[in-house]
Amino acid sequence: MKKDLLGINDLTRDEIYLVLDTAEAMREIGQRPIKKVPTLRGKTVVNLFYEPSTRTRTSFEIAEKRLSADTLNIAVAASSVQKGETLADTAMNIEAMAPDVIVLRHASSGAGHLLSRICRSRIVNAGDGMHEHPTQALLDAFTIREHKKRIDGLKVTIVGDLLHSRVLRSNVLLLTELGADVWVSGPATLIPPGIERLGVHVSTSVNEAVEDADVIMMLRIQQERMQGAFFPSLREYFNTFGMTAARVARAKRDVIIMHPGPMNRGVEIASDVADGPYSVILEQVANGVAVRMAVLYLLVGGAED
Amino acid sequence: MPVVLDADRISRSLARIAHEIIERNVSPRGIDELALVGIRTRGVPIAKRLAKAIREINGHDVPTGALDITLYRDDLMRHAVGPQPVIRRTEIPFSIDDKRILLVDDVLYTGRTIRAALDALIDFGRPKSIQLIVLVDRGHRELPIKADYVGKNLPTSLTQSVQVRLEEIDGRDEVEIQES
Repeated sequence: MKKDLLGINDLTRDEIYLVLDTAEAMREIGQRPIKKVPTLRGKTVVNLFYEPSTRTRTSFEIAEKRLSADTLNIAVAASSVQKGETLADTAMNIEAMAPDVIVLRHASSGAGHLLSRICRSRIVNAGDGMHEHPTQALLDAFTIREHKKRIDGLKVTIVGDLLHSRVLRSNVLLLTELGADVWVSGPATLIPPGIERLGVHVSTSVNEAVEDADVIMMLRIQQERMQGAFFPSLREYFNTFGMTAARVARAKRDVIIMHPGPMNRGVEIASDVADGPYSVILEQVANGVAVRMAVLYLLVGGAED
Repeated sequence: MPVVLDADRISRSLARIAHEIIERNVSPRGIDELALVGIRTRGVPIAKRLAKAIREINGHDVPTGALDITLYRDDLMRHAVGPQPVIRRTEIPFSIDDKRILLVDDVLYTGRTIRAALDALIDFGRPKSIQLIVLVDRGHRELPIKADYVGKNLPTSLTQSVQVRLEEIDGRDEVEIQES
């Protein structure tokens, strides 16, 4: 493994499978009465979160604790960042206290790469702006593989706010690397130009995109990142692109519905679909802990390439 | 490269160990409290063979599990010279509380694997006792650990390595000493 996990391209195909296989073993630890192994005893992990996060931060923290690492969380709202400290200065100060891993969530794309250059600690990107969220894509692949027993040759349809989504980018890189047939759909205003060069089919018709899909992955409408009007109204968005039972019916009969969360019910996904029999949304959350344990284990103990 | 145990010797050793297990655990409820836990990789098929042998002797089904000790190894984080060892699943589909656990491995050497296995087992509960079964004891202990049942004591030098091959994994049964 490389020193850091900043994006999916840091992993070879074999390493992706190694993470997924390791996560299978890690999941069993979460089912024990004592949900803890001594593997990362004495290692320090700093969770540095510059953006609000419930799922990802909790998931990383549980993963770290299950591996017996010492963890600490820096919530930026209560930190020196409020006094004007730059990301690089904050990082160098944390670095001076010699943590083994820094898990970084930041609103700017490439924030992890900046830290990677100035820190000896290993950096795990927990979402950087509109760029990548590699552990989310790994847990999505883990969830898909668990249900479909393979990823190669599956039709995976990703619908929603493609422009602002780091989850999309990481998933496209990972799923195409593993041989999935990836379709993306959303309003033309939210499709990044040139996305077809990543090897995906692009359609502005969600009905076409979900036809015979094995997996439907919904993306959140990220209103906090939207400066300007990308579509007339949330109501109209739901009517045109929202995942309803009628649209799900166009996919394969054993389709699974995924969402990285947090969900906007009634915007990108109907409540009956989110809570319905095809939904694996809460399994994704459960699997996230096992996948992050695998990433931390493989990064912290192993040698750098 | 001498083969020190062939298929016949291995199967006779395991049959003898199965009898010894029954003999030593005959107390009331003793047999009912037994459970086999094989250490991955080659302790697992040995544990399954012992379960089968015990069933053939007295009709008793001894529950059998598989333990991966990688996450408990004491050398895991010491020298980052290569990729991390691959972790495989631990599968112990029964409660080990108040059980007499028969821990099974192929080769007993430094004792460090067994130390890790004991820590791992204790994280699953509080067994009544833990007994150790090994197919080969090659000596050179670094920790105060001793096997309760041994298929064969095999004096070795530190420059040698012991290869256990089992039908289920390697396609044939044999134990070989190699000069390294």
